[in-house]
Amino acid sequence: MSTTLILIQVLNGLQLGVILFLIAAGLTLVFGVMGFINLAHGVQYMLGAYLAVWLYGATGSFIAAFLLALPLALVLGLVLEFLVFRHLYARDHLSQVLATFGVILFLNQLVEVIFGPAALTVEVPQFLDWSFELVPGLLYPAYRVALIVAGLLVAAALWYVITRTRVGMLIRAGATNPEMVSALGVNVRQLFLVVFGFGAMLAGLAGVLAAPVFSVEPGMGDDLLIVAFVVIIIGGAGSIRGAFVAALLVGLVDTLGRTLVTDGLRLAMDASAANQIGPAIASMLIYVLMALVLFWRPEGLFAAKVTR
Amino acid sequence: MSDEAQPLGAAPAGPRPAFGLIVAVAIFAALALVPLVSGVWGGGWLTSLAIRAMIFAIVAISLDLLLGHGGLVSFGHSAFVAIGAYATGIMITEGVYEMALILPVAIGAAALFAVAIGAVAMRTSGVSFIMITLAFGQMVYFALGSLAQYGADDGLTLWSAPDVFGTSWLASETGVYVTVLGVLVATWALVHAVVGSRFGRVLRAARQNPTRVAAMGYSVTRYRLVAYVIAGVIAALAGVLWAVHAEFVSPSLGSWQRSGDLIVMVVLGGMATRNGALIGALFFVLIEEALSSITHDWRLIFGPMLVLIALFARGGLAGLLDRVQGPR
Amino acid sequence: MSEVVLQLEGLRKAFGALVVTDGVDLDLRRSECHALIGPNGAGKSTLIHQISGLLSPDAGRIAFEGRDVTHLSQAERAVAGLGRSFQITSILPEFTVLENVALAAQMRDGSSFRFFRPAAREERLNARAMEALGIVGLGPRAGLVASHLSHGEKRLLELAIAVAGEPHVLLLDEPMAGMGRAESATLTETLRALKARYPILLIEHDMEAVFSLADRVSVLVAGAIVASGTPDEVRVDARARAAYLGEDHVAAP
Repeated sequence: MSTTLILIQVLNGLQLGVILFLIAAGLTLVFGVMGFINLAHGVQYMLGAYLAVWLYGATGSFIAAFLLALPLALVLGLVLEFLVFRHLYARDHLSQVLATFGVILFLNQLVEVIFGPAALTVEVPQFLDWSFELVPGLLYPAYRVALIVAGLLVAAALWYVITRTRVGMLIRAGATNPEMVSALGVNVRQLFLVVFGFGAMLAGLAGVLAAPVFSVEPGMGDDLLIVAFVVIIIGGAGSIRGAFVAALLVGLVDTLGRTLVTDGLRLAMDASAANQIGPAIASMLIYVLMALVLFWRPEGLFAAKVTR
Repeated sequence: MSDEAQPLGAAPAGPRPAFGLIVAVAIFAALALVPLVSGVWGGGWLTSLAIRAMIFAIVAISLDLLLGHGGLVSFGHSAFVAIGAYATGIMITEGVYEMALILPVAIGAAALFAVAIGAVAMRTSGVSFIMITLAFGQMVYFALGSLAQYGADDGLTLWSAPDVFGTSWLASETGVYVTVLGVLVATWALVHAVVGSRFGRVLRAARQNPTRVAAMGYSVTRYRLVAYVIAGVIAALAGVLWAVHAEFVSPSLGSWQRSGDLIVMVVLGGMATRNGALIGALFFVLIEEALSSITHDWRLIFGPMLVLIALFARGGLAGLLDRVQGPR
Repeated sequence: MSEVVLQLEGLRKAFGALVVTDGVDLDLRRSECHALIGPNGAGKSTLIHQISGLLSPDAGRIAFEGRDVTHLSQAERAVAGLGRSFQITSILPEFTVLENVALAAQMRDGSSFRFFRPAAREERLNARAMEALGIVGLGPRAGLVASHLSHGEKRLLELAIAVAGEPHVLLLDEPMAGMGRAESATLTETLRALKARYPILLIEHDMEAVFSLADRVSVLVAGAIVASGTPDEVRVDARARAAYLGEDHVAAP
């Protein structure tokens, strides 16, 4: 395995990592602050991607599509919150699972009805449709680099909001000790709404950014949602820092594993056997990682909740 | 508030056992009549639908042991179905046709997986438990989908039915039908025996108040783990039946949507009731069939239905039956 | 002096900066009732949680019948013979009263990994449960669903569950919490009878009950024992009065 190939895989891993982070960030806050398990969070990501398809087609400008998609993703999130989710905060987890599962079925189907079942693609915007020469002879698409940079910028902004602003302080306090926050006279409902809308918008942003890279299709958010759960479990529920570290870790392990495991097995067994077993093992790596973390630290790497 | 204490040793809370038994016997009798009726109308379609419904009922009943009685929201239950089905598919592909060999392998694989996954998942509770079971279920789904030599994502066709101790009992649809019905009845009886047993009592108590149960001297995790293994093995058995019935297995058997469907079946029917999971599974398959015959986009109707059920009708269909029957 | 059955040595527990158990040494001897009193927030329940295994101490040692149980789980300690009641009622609300207690009896009666025979029809378990219910006077309520009991009856059920587990000692966390005067008086007599069978570590705010039942009294303030002795000694102990008794006696009717 050449170092250039590994470098490319590392970049691909980071790319998956930042997308996972954008999805997991909202999810972990919603879960940490509200104790709410939202299976339909992956749908927000899908809606973001479809908004990009639709708005890019309608305006012809990726920038315009980007700028319009974010508020629309926010509005869609708030509408869902108003119609369904706010009635679930006080319910048990099983009700939350059932209702949000229903929302997924509905929206996946709705998207299929509107846009068709086939996978759609979004053109890479022209101003980013060129390649970096990272090392001599190795080209890497500029859009993908931009995606990674954008993700890191959002992570930095999020870090600033969470650690340096009043709202952020309330969110952190809410994730650690919800009773105390409401005892302080903060309108928890309003705080929930802010967190929820914010999380929905981040997932939508992930969808918009991912649209030119991945194929856009109904149900695209569901598999990623489950990986985002893995990220949250590893990082610790309610912790943005944990989500960031775990998302990059999971992105890298998953991407690198897919090439390295098979190569590694070839050293130990004959090539055809390695080619058969390798992919199966590689697909299990992140879950094994999750199991190891759980065994070592059941509350995750950076648990936010205070254990009584 | 009732003032008068009931006589000693009175039945535990819930509808009168006799009523539940009558309902169950009626359902099983109706299912037994399906192959006879389908000779007159519907033909293979009706039998096939009934087999599918019964297999899901087996899985749903096993899930209810965790969900309803154990309070463990397992969102990865379809993985066990897939493990059972793939054990069958792979062994038949490799030339092993004898059920007496396939069954122990399927059960053993499911039990091993349940112990390994359960031991990790039981370290947490609540939402984390849901996410972890969901994630491990997805792991099975992806792992099966990457088995290039066994059809990968496209799945695996079983070119031959397995033998049962050398006989071709499972080669005919009637044989399959009778077997599936038999396993369903046995599962129903077994799970209800387990629920009422000493073990089941500890499991049910731990759902209500795990701290109290631990303070009584029970290691709650061990009981839950054993329940997880029992439920997983039953689901794998259903997976074996599925492979035999469909003559085809694919990773989608273990998809997380399937796990979601299973939870819906149990809740729809009514959790921790005598016949809830059974009725819920049969009803679910019928609704799915009916709605999808009306429109391809049946989930547009079914999705909002789920939301409404979650918000307003958690008692399930069995709850409705109880209300018809009147208060205890 | 009779044999020590339960011994705490240098027990410490802190939640962050808040020290809730601050180097507690305490023992419980055969056939005595040792009462632990102290103002709210003194760390009494936290101490019971550490003895029963619900919480683990940061430092120190718990010996039970000569055996170090500091690192045993809650369930293992219950099996070893540490039976407890909870300050905030902790019962199985959906089970009948009988089933609540029969489950506790089941723990002492062979394996619970039995999967087929209906547990509700096991006469031996039900008989044991009825016996425990009889001790606390809940026999006539056996068939009722536990959540339908009155508050006082739930407190009695707590006690019956603890007794049915055939403990070697009883850790009782405010058994009379929220009870009326008459109920408390009845329960005091019940506990007096139980005292003959089990050593009891009693946390209680009802001073009348404490001083009529206890052979020894220890006063816990801010996580530390400030006074310990016979009821008469503690009654006149200056530190105990200052910390606790004075105000409470004034407040009592």
